[in-house]
Amino acid sequence: MNFIDRRLNPGGKSLPNRQRFLRVAKAAIKDQVVRSIRDRGLSDAAAPQVVKIPMRRIAEPRFRHAASGGDRDQVFPGNKEYVAGDKLPKPKGGQGQGGREGSPDGEGEDDFAFTLTSEEYLDILFEELELPDLAKRKLKQMEINRPQRAGYSVSGSPTNLNVVRTMRSSLARRISLGRPKPGEVEALAEMISDLEHAEAMGALVGDRLVELRERLRGLEARAKRIAYIDPVDLRYNRFEATPKPQAQAVMFCLMDVSGSMTEDMKDLAKRFFLLLHIFLNRKYKHVDVVFIRHTTEAREVDEETFFHSRETGGTIVSSALAEMRSIIEARYPVDEWNIYAAQASDGDNYASDSRACLEMLTQQILPVCQYFAYVEVYDSRQAEIFHSSLNVSDLWKDYLTVPPAFANFAMKRVFSKEDVYPVFHQLFSEHREAA
Amino acid sequence: MAMTGLLFDTGEWTFDTLRRAYDAIEEIAVGEMGLDVYPNQLEVISSEQMLDATSSVGMPIFYHHWSFGKSFARQETLYRKGWTGLAYEIVINSNPCISYIMEENSMTMQALVMAHAAFGHNHFFKNNYLFREQTDAAGILDYLNFARDYVASCEERHGMAAVERVLDAAHALMDQGVNRYGRRARLSLSAERERAETRLAHAAETFNDLWRTLPASKLEAAKSPTGQRATDEKLGLPEENLLYFLEKFSPALKDWERELLRIVRNISQYFYPQRLTKVMNEGCATFVHYKIMHRLFDKGLVSDGAMLEFLHSHSSVVFQPDFDDKRYSGLNPYYLGFEMMCDIERIATQPTAEDREWSPQVAGCGDPMRALKDAWANFRDDSFIAQHLSPHLMRKMRLFQLSDRAAETEYRVAAIHNEQGYRDLRRALALQYDPGLRDPNIQATAADLSGDRKLTLTHYLHDGVPLVERDAMAVLAHVGDLWGFAVELVGQAPDETTRYRYDTGHPETEQAA
Repeated sequence: MNFIDRRLNPGGKSLPNRQRFLRVAKAAIKDQVVRSIRDRGLSDAAAPQVVKIPMRRIAEPRFRHAASGGDRDQVFPGNKEYVAGDKLPKPKGGQGQGGREGSPDGEGEDDFAFTLTSEEYLDILFEELELPDLAKRKLKQMEINRPQRAGYSVSGSPTNLNVVRTMRSSLARRISLGRPKPGEVEALAEMISDLEHAEAMGALVGDRLVELRERLRGLEARAKRIAYIDPVDLRYNRFEATPKPQAQAVMFCLMDVSGSMTEDMKDLAKRFFLLLHIFLNRKYKHVDVVFIRHTTEAREVDEETFFHSRETGGTIVSSALAEMRSIIEARYPVDEWNIYAAQASDGDNYASDSRACLEMLTQQILPVCQYFAYVEVYDSRQAEIFHSSLNVSDLWKDYLTVPPAFANFAMKRVFSKEDVYPVFHQLFSEHREAA
Repeated sequence: MAMTGLLFDTGEWTFDTLRRAYDAIEEIAVGEMGLDVYPNQLEVISSEQMLDATSSVGMPIFYHHWSFGKSFARQETLYRKGWTGLAYEIVINSNPCISYIMEENSMTMQALVMAHAAFGHNHFFKNNYLFREQTDAAGILDYLNFARDYVASCEERHGMAAVERVLDAAHALMDQGVNRYGRRARLSLSAERERAETRLAHAAETFNDLWRTLPASKLEAAKSPTGQRATDEKLGLPEENLLYFLEKFSPALKDWERELLRIVRNISQYFYPQRLTKVMNEGCATFVHYKIMHRLFDKGLVSDGAMLEFLHSHSSVVFQPDFDDKRYSGLNPYYLGFEMMCDIERIATQPTAEDREWSPQVAGCGDPMRALKDAWANFRDDSFIAQHLSPHLMRKMRLFQLSDRAAETEYRVAAIHNEQGYRDLRRALALQYDPGLRDPNIQATAADLSGDRKLTLTHYLHDGVPLVERDAMAVLAHVGDLWGFAVELVGQAPDETTRYRYDTGHPETEQAA
């Protein structure tokens, strides 16, 4: 008999099996992952995800007996009142008292639920998009210069003086040039004063006092010539301005919530916002999300209100842009934050607002934004009418006039859920071409 | 500790206490109970590794397949949510007999597990006739190693998808991939592995592309069919081992694909006895651990506290809810097995008049271990129940038999635990474990090699119980994939009438290139 301790053996033995499983079940998982976007809040989009996929997509079929049909006998334990010959009604729908012969491993019509790690989840999501690398490269990165320590220099401002280094070179210089040590001078002076004292008492000192005085004068002169700290000793901490990626980003979600936006359209918009958020999250350490919804006037709201409550009224898009600008001014200094904005609307806007809107966009918003995406969402019923590029909304027309010089501006139309990914893709690739 | 004589007095285990407990258990199991076991190897693993192992059918080495990943994902989710516990142990029918014990177990549980797995199951594996005849305990680990490497090399050479296609199909046919009766002399698994390797090497050495260009021999053509019977004979029809049949005669498979079928078939055969002896195997192991733990207690080697812990876990293992309890999910094999073993012990030592009538060989023989060891060696679940289920136990379990007749609108209580019912009950319960009835009886019955090459499988219905249609169609599609041509499944009643007929039709493209 022997005991073997296997606890330290490499674990994760079933990892290859898991990878194979994910591959086999990929189609089903993808469906679920894509569907899950709808039910997730923006901020927990990257959390581990429990997915449920239909059993039939990953079935392991066997020849097995059906649960009902034919003649069968079964023995049960725990009889209480039955005697031979008793009749019991058959339950409807085949699921018998006592279950009958179920499937061997509990497989049925049920869903198969298991947990995807957040990494697997995002991988599948991005694979679906087919542009993770592209987006990674192309999401423009705001860089700011931050001073970073870079060795020492012999010149600099007094605040950057490095005392330790300075004193070290001072010491080296003093030793090499033979500057008399303070103790040496003091000892000499003491000896002289002793002698002087003796002489005053009448002792005969002779040349010795003269000689010592001479030496002291020499030492003092040397100490004066060789400064304790010389300008050549001075060392300063050197700082170099190094460009550093801005680690925080803010994402503005602008949405028109006027009566003409239906739940479906909001759902499309949400998907778009969600994807942008996930991308930003992968890129930046910290992502703030600001939700601004507007009718004729704009208001910052929380996520729940943003997506789910409705208001009626007209549409003045510039109000949202103005709100965004004031929030930027108040809370998000441009040199500290990467600013992204995604706007979703059905394209309605007061005609009189269009100039104000365009002006604000080109002069105040776009110059401070990394990226401004406008998606126009359509109800499925409207899709047919608007699919031709001739029928465009007012806002669309206005936005079309944004000068092409603004490479950080992109616009797209989304007609159905299936459109969201391709549109996202296009937004980024257009962005790339333009940039 | 030495003063009290206890083997251990805390919940924590160390290798030292493990070894001491093992020695004490061995003394009882082998010295007092006379169990006959393979040498033991106990391996301590972490819960993570236990999860790994349970999801690849409990074996330490196994080839990779997505279905194990699926099972792992399920197990892990259930486990993490606390819906199920982990197995306390896994024991492998190998020589030496490997038992896995989990790091998290308390020392009492380790002692229980050692008694249960390393002696109970181990004795059963070594002595039961099915395991002796049908499995090769010495060769299994080497063979699994070979299988894993072989599958991996196939994946490398032919791509994962191609390997998966064959394995998926083979897994679907696993239940039909066993020889129910040990009629062919089988090679030991190590010889099997060597043969596969030499076959491969030979093929690689002697490969000559020129042979392909030779015109087909006239002789071969002249030997063309002389009737259906001749073909059947050549193909060994009818054949119940579908994996074997496809491996040998499928016109569409390449050599490596046949080898994969062979691997799945060999492994399926290795596990087959375990499916036939679930009740006995667990009953034997549970009885053995129960006896050993009590003996340890009697000898003053374990404390009251440890004994209570043991009894708690023992009683949850053998818990059997009544049929109308919502926890009921069939007869618990641990419960049934354990009760039957205890019952045999009772009959051997304190028989009643009834017992003398029902089991004259055992009753009052005075040596319960001999009677039990005889049962463990020579029976499988159905025959064991048919022989040893006593009226006493039927009363204790309050068994009753429910008849479901397709022609009737109600169930009928056919027998209960009384004088008139004992024989019927025992027969019905034994039949419930009869592998011939439990698994659908499906055989390859015809293959039209000279015509359209259609393969016919026949399902011999028993008492009119049909198959799950959707699954049957899916498996049939797999068979069609392996066979390469059309396959049909015919459901045949005992009166030779055809109940149903499924057909894969002609595959559009004959086979994937």
